[in-house]
Amino acid sequence: MLPLELRFERRLETAPWLGPSLPILAIFVALFIGALILWTTGRDPATGYSDIFQAAFTKPGALTATALSATPLVFTGLTAALAFRIGIWNIGGDGQLMIGALAAATSGVALGHLGAWISIPAMIVAGAAGGALWGLIPAYFRARSGTSEVLTTLMLNYLAPLLLGYLIFSSKSWWRDLTSPGAKVFPQAKTIPFDTFWPVWGADIAIPFGFVLGIFMAVLMQIVLRTTKYGFEVLVTADSPLAGNYAGIRTKRVFITVFLLSAALAGIGGASQIGDFTYRLEPRTLQFAAYGYTGIAVAALARYNPIAVVVAAFFIGGLVNANLSLQGPELPLGLLGVIQGLILLFVAASEISARYRVVARYKSRPPIQ
Amino acid sequence: MNDLLVVTLLASGILYGTPLIIAGIGELLAERSGVLNLSVEGIMLMGAATAFWTSQSITEGPSWLALTAAILVGAFVGILVALILTFSVITMRANQVVSGLALLIFCGPLGLSNYLGTVGNLASSTGQHRLPKLDLFGLGDLAVVGPLIFNQDVLVYFSWILTIGAGFYLTKTRAGLHLRAVGEEPNAADAMGVNVVAYRYFHTLLGGALAGVAGAYYSLSISVNWVNNITAGAGWIAIALVILAFWRPLFVVIGAYLFGVVTSLGFTLQALGFKLPAELFSSLPYLLTLFAVILASGRLSKFNLKAPAALGLPFRR
Repeated sequence: MLPLELRFERRLETAPWLGPSLPILAIFVALFIGALILWTTGRDPATGYSDIFQAAFTKPGALTATALSATPLVFTGLTAALAFRIGIWNIGGDGQLMIGALAAATSGVALGHLGAWISIPAMIVAGAAGGALWGLIPAYFRARSGTSEVLTTLMLNYLAPLLLGYLIFSSKSWWRDLTSPGAKVFPQAKTIPFDTFWPVWGADIAIPFGFVLGIFMAVLMQIVLRTTKYGFEVLVTADSPLAGNYAGIRTKRVFITVFLLSAALAGIGGASQIGDFTYRLEPRTLQFAAYGYTGIAVAALARYNPIAVVVAAFFIGGLVNANLSLQGPELPLGLLGVIQGLILLFVAASEISARYRVVARYKSRPPIQ
Repeated sequence: MNDLLVVTLLASGILYGTPLIIAGIGELLAERSGVLNLSVEGIMLMGAATAFWTSQSITEGPSWLALTAAILVGAFVGILVALILTFSVITMRANQVVSGLALLIFCGPLGLSNYLGTVGNLASSTGQHRLPKLDLFGLGDLAVVGPLIFNQDVLVYFSWILTIGAGFYLTKTRAGLHLRAVGEEPNAADAMGVNVVAYRYFHTLLGGALAGVAGAYYSLSISVNWVNNITAGAGWIAIALVILAFWRPLFVVIGAYLFGVVTSLGFTLQALGFKLPAELFSSLPYLLTLFAVILASGRLSKFNLKAPAALGLPFRR
C-alpha cells in the first residue's frame, strides 16, 4: 500500500469557480465515456459527434428543431429543479406532462371556437391543472404520512400513458376522432382547431410560443424564490424543515404547494406539446419521448437554478433532436440516455467537491507511546 | 385437472413473480445495509439485454452451457452497474436518489440497454435457448402441485433457496446481524469494529448481481426474445415490494406471487376469450403498487415494521 492517504476536508466557503465549471466538466466526461462506448462497439465517435453537433445546432433548420425539442424540457426541467431543491423527489414529470397534455387537448377542442385569445390561455391553465391533479395523490400522501413519492409518482408515470391509450385507442371516447379519413385507418385523437395553434415567432429560427412561455416561467420562478415571502419560506424549508417549523413556517403546506406547482409546470409542458407541436393528443409519442426523465438530467445540469434550466434544456434539446433525426445502426438511439445518465451521475457524484476538497497526504506514523 | 383456471393463474403468477423475488431480495439486502438502489429497473434491462445477447451468440454446444453463461453474464453486468452506484453513493457520498435515477437513465429504455439492443440486432433475432422446466423426481404430472412445485425452471428453485437463505442470513448469522446494525446504526456498528463501507459495498453489489439475473429471466424464460423496455417497470415493483414486505424476505415472496398473478391476469383471461380493454389489465400491477405503497405508509406503519433507520443516508466517521 502507498503511504498516501486521501481525505475529504470541508471547504469553509463554496469555491466560486465550481458553480459553472462542474456542469461543463460533466458534459465533457459524459461525452468522453459516450465516445468510448461508440468506439468499443465499432462506431466512429468523431463522425458521430460532428453529425450530432451539426444536426443539433448548425445545419439549416437545426436550431428551429432544437428549440422545439427543448420546449418540453424547459418545463420538466423546472419541475425537477423546483421539487428536488426542496427535497421532494417528484420524478412524475412524465405522467404529469401527459395528463397536462390531455387536459389541454380537452380544452383546446372544447373551447377552440372562442378564438385564440381565450382558448390558448385556457389550454395553459388546463395543462397546469391537469399536471397538478396528477401530482395531488403523491403530494397529499407524502405530506400526510411520508409515503415515498418516488414510487407513487413513478407508478403514475406508468398509469398515465395507459389512460391516454385507453381513451384514444381502445374506446370510442369523446377525445377520439371518429370522423376524419386518417382516423379510420389508424385511431387518433381529435385535432384542435387551427385558431388555437400556438404562435411561432422569428424567421430564420422559429421560436415556439411554448419556449417563450418556458423562459417566462423560469424568470417568474427565480423572482418568486428570491423576492417574495413565499419564496423565502420555500428556501428555508429546503435547507432545513425543522428550522422552518421553528420559525413558524407551515412546512407541510410548503411541501404540498411546491409539489403541486412543480407538477403544474410539467402539465404546462404537456399543453405546449399540443399547442406547439402535435396539435392533437398522441399517447405513443409522449410515452416514447420520456420528457420527464430527461427533465431530471436538465435540472441537475442546471444545478437546480431556474434560469440555467433554460440553457441546459436548449443543450439537451439539441442532443434529443439530433439523436432522434440521426438514429440508426451507426448512431443508436440509446446513446441519448447514456449521455444524459452520465451527466446526471457526474453532477451528483461531484456535488461533494462543492463542499469538500480532496486532500492527498502522506500517512504519519502513529506516535510512540 | 392441471388445466384448471386456478392452476394456470398460479403457474403464470410464479413465472412473473420469480424475477420480482430475485430482484426484490437483492434490493432488500442492499437496503438493509442502508443503500437505496433505485437503478434496479435499469440493471434488469441491462441483464436482460446482455444475457439474451450471450445466449444468442453461443450457437454450439449444449443448451445448458449457453444458458449458464447467459445468466452469469447478466449477474456480472449487474455487478458492474451497481459498482458505479456504490462508488457514487458510498465513496463519493452522493445523493442516493439522484445517483440511482442517473443510472436508471443511463441503462434504461432510452439508454445503454436500448443501445446494445440496436448494436447486437437483438430485436430481430428469435431466441434459441429457453430455460427448461426440470421435472423433479418425475412428479411434474401430479395434480395441481405437479406443475406448480415439481415442474419449474432452475431460477424458480433458485429464488426459493435465495429467500430461505436470505432469511436465515439476516436473522441467524453473525454477518446478518452486522448487516442489520450497519443499516440501522452505522456509527455504532463502526464502533463495534464492523467495516461499514465493506458491508455496504458487498450487499449493494450482490443486489446488483441479483437484479441482473432477474433481468436475464425475462429474456431467457418469460419471453425468450428482446424488445426494448422488456421489463416494463418490474424493477420499480420490486423496490415497492421491499417496502410492502417490511424488509422481510418471506413477505417478498408472497407479494411477488400476488403481483405475478395480477400481471398475468390479462393474458390469461384474454386467452380464455374475455373481452376487456388491454389497458385495464396492464394498469393493474401499477394501481396495486400505488395503493399498497400508500397503505403501507399509512395504516400499517403503526406496527413496528419500519425501514432501516440509516436507509439513504451516507456514512461518515
